[in-house]
Amino acid sequence: MNLTGSQILLESLKCEGVDTIFGYPGGAVINIYDDLYDSSIHHILTRHEQAAVHAADGYARCTGRVGVVIATSGPGATNTVTGIATAYMDSIPMVIVTGQVPTPLIGNDAFQEADICGITRPCTKHNFLVKNIRDLARTVKEAFYIARTGRPGPVLIDLPKDIQVATHDFTYPDTVELRGYKPTYSGNLRQIEKAAEMILAARRPVLYVGGGINLSGANAELLALAELTRIPVATTLMAMSAFPQRHPLALGMLGMHGTFCANMAVTECDLLIAIGSRFDDRVTGRIDSFAEKAKIIHVDVDPTSIKKNVAVDLPIVGDLLDVLSKLNDSLDQKTEHLGVFREQLRAWQAHIATWQERHPMAYQPSDTVIKPQYVIQTLRELSQDDAIITTEVGQHQMWTAQFFSFTQPRTFLTSGGLGTMGFGLPAALGAQVAFPERQVIDISGDGSFQMNSQELATLVQYQLPVKIVILNNNYLGMVRQWQQMFFNKRYSQTVMELPIDFVKLAEAYGAVGFNATQVDEVETVIRKAFATPGPVLMNFKISREENVLPMVPAGKAIHEMVLAS
Amino acid sequence: MRHTISVLVENEFGVLSRVSGLFSGRGFNIESLSVAPTLEPNTSRMTIVTTGDDRVLEQITKQLNKLISTIKVVDFTSKDFIARELALIKVATEADTRAEALRIVDIFRAKVIDVTPKTYTIEITGAPAKINGILELLRPMGIKEVVRSGPVVIGRGAKGVSG
Repeated sequence: MNLTGSQILLESLKCEGVDTIFGYPGGAVINIYDDLYDSSIHHILTRHEQAAVHAADGYARCTGRVGVVIATSGPGATNTVTGIATAYMDSIPMVIVTGQVPTPLIGNDAFQEADICGITRPCTKHNFLVKNIRDLARTVKEAFYIARTGRPGPVLIDLPKDIQVATHDFTYPDTVELRGYKPTYSGNLRQIEKAAEMILAARRPVLYVGGGINLSGANAELLALAELTRIPVATTLMAMSAFPQRHPLALGMLGMHGTFCANMAVTECDLLIAIGSRFDDRVTGRIDSFAEKAKIIHVDVDPTSIKKNVAVDLPIVGDLLDVLSKLNDSLDQKTEHLGVFREQLRAWQAHIATWQERHPMAYQPSDTVIKPQYVIQTLRELSQDDAIITTEVGQHQMWTAQFFSFTQPRTFLTSGGLGTMGFGLPAALGAQVAFPERQVIDISGDGSFQMNSQELATLVQYQLPVKIVILNNNYLGMVRQWQQMFFNKRYSQTVMELPIDFVKLAEAYGAVGFNATQVDEVETVIRKAFATPGPVLMNFKISREENVLPMVPAGKAIHEMVLAS
Repeated sequence: MRHTISVLVENEFGVLSRVSGLFSGRGFNIESLSVAPTLEPNTSRMTIVTTGDDRVLEQITKQLNKLISTIKVVDFTSKDFIARELALIKVATEADTRAEALRIVDIFRAKVIDVTPKTYTIEITGAPAKINGILELLRPMGIKEVVRSGPVVIGRGAKGVSG
């Protein structure tokens, strides 16, 4: 079957099971958009290419499928970079197709030309410049394969305009042959056996789990491991929805804004079992005193994650689903040992309970001013169990991680590694496209919201009923908090002087908006918003100088937490 | 510690920049890098000389392996290997030093490949230390230009490295 390059692209996407694309047209992709015009593939037009990438990212995070983006050459392509880097840092599977100037013009500084392969090389898992129509179908096949396998990540395909119009026979390859890419899935049985022995020999073990659990879909196996051994579970920001936070074994988040008990447990443990986590500096604090007394087992599908930041006693490379199933099987067979182990664990659990009692995750409630933590707790109470929560980056993100007790996998979508303000609204958009019937809520700050607020238009155009929560303190709150604590309250450029009427902004786009300025309005506004069809913005005027606590100051060990302002 | 690493890579668009970008992006050192296709035209072999402690070298090896375009990585450092480098040296010669220059060329089994009334251009191959040696001896005469290829390495014995 002879097809044009743009037809081959769309047919290849269909072969990969793609039914939804996020994107923005332009000169260098006009042929693709012409073929999309009567294609069965659903295209969502965002108002900025960065938002298209975040939307595809949100779509991928909540479904586990590969998010797909199309953008034009030059500025369209460069606008995708922040989105791609965001996905890369959090290992999100995506394929980004960018238009490129015709191959004879590449390198000539042509109109809307950018070397996007060069620009995205350090923030993609891999990228391709298609120089020959013969390679197109195979390239798409390889891109999807690379994006979704091993440690997932974004893959970019740069497609010159002359390749889009060239014609070639279309057959989609069945298999992928990549000499240099063979991820290890199966965990080494001897290593796993050693891990089981190390676990049973431990007296103060802690599970330290990361976003890999969601990516691998190993949520049930993690729960089984925790319940089988009764080892407490500390979760990273990326894993807040990977383990039910109301479970008695849940310690909550660890790290810079982690719970007192999670940080103390990791500091005092004699065995740290790191699963799908990567010892990020926001988790470890001062690295040389992180889990100083512990032996470390590290399980990850990506060998480069292991021994990158800390020395490890037992590395296991493999897919978490495979490794945890084998580990559970191995432990299951050691019934007697396991019984003794659990008995001996009681002292450790009691110790942890005293930490939990001493400094539970809490805040000072108020009758006169809206506390952001109260808004988040009320949202949790009034939202559905499977509601998908996205956030931007800053104080509101940390309060959400701390106070929104996530219970179901893939319900917390947040930019962890790159920390991208402006992520939450488009990510919510993508999540709502993936799950039209589920509740999707973007929890935001007034600063972050303005980084991609143009996406209100997209929400209204497609009638995506995303509920937006702005925790509005007229500050860039997290930076202000640092300035308060470490820079003598010199609030340099963190005061958002202009009070914006966000309700009017929502209305200008054709959405609905509500203000809450009094404590007793919080619940009413949330109920009203949830009962209103279509996109709704809720603007909460919160206590202005509320801080995120506990906090481990930069350069300190994680047990050196600041607990009160 | 200095390490010499051979990397077999896909001979394709952008592969050199993937490898060099990995080194610069992660703060690893490159002392020298040489690259050319192997017998198979779709495969190139790079020889990279780098420095770092064990932890850094483990990361370098793993990160190189992680690149989709990388087929194989071999760190020759703890192995028995032969390193050879090519250098082209343009040395200034006056009437009183021309004979001495030729003697040095002879001792090092180098070759004069271009002559002018005021210069010799010398070609030499050998282990990097040998090239350092001849450069030391020629330096007092006045070296006008040096081009070094950086070492390429191969393991001793019958076994070869292939993808």
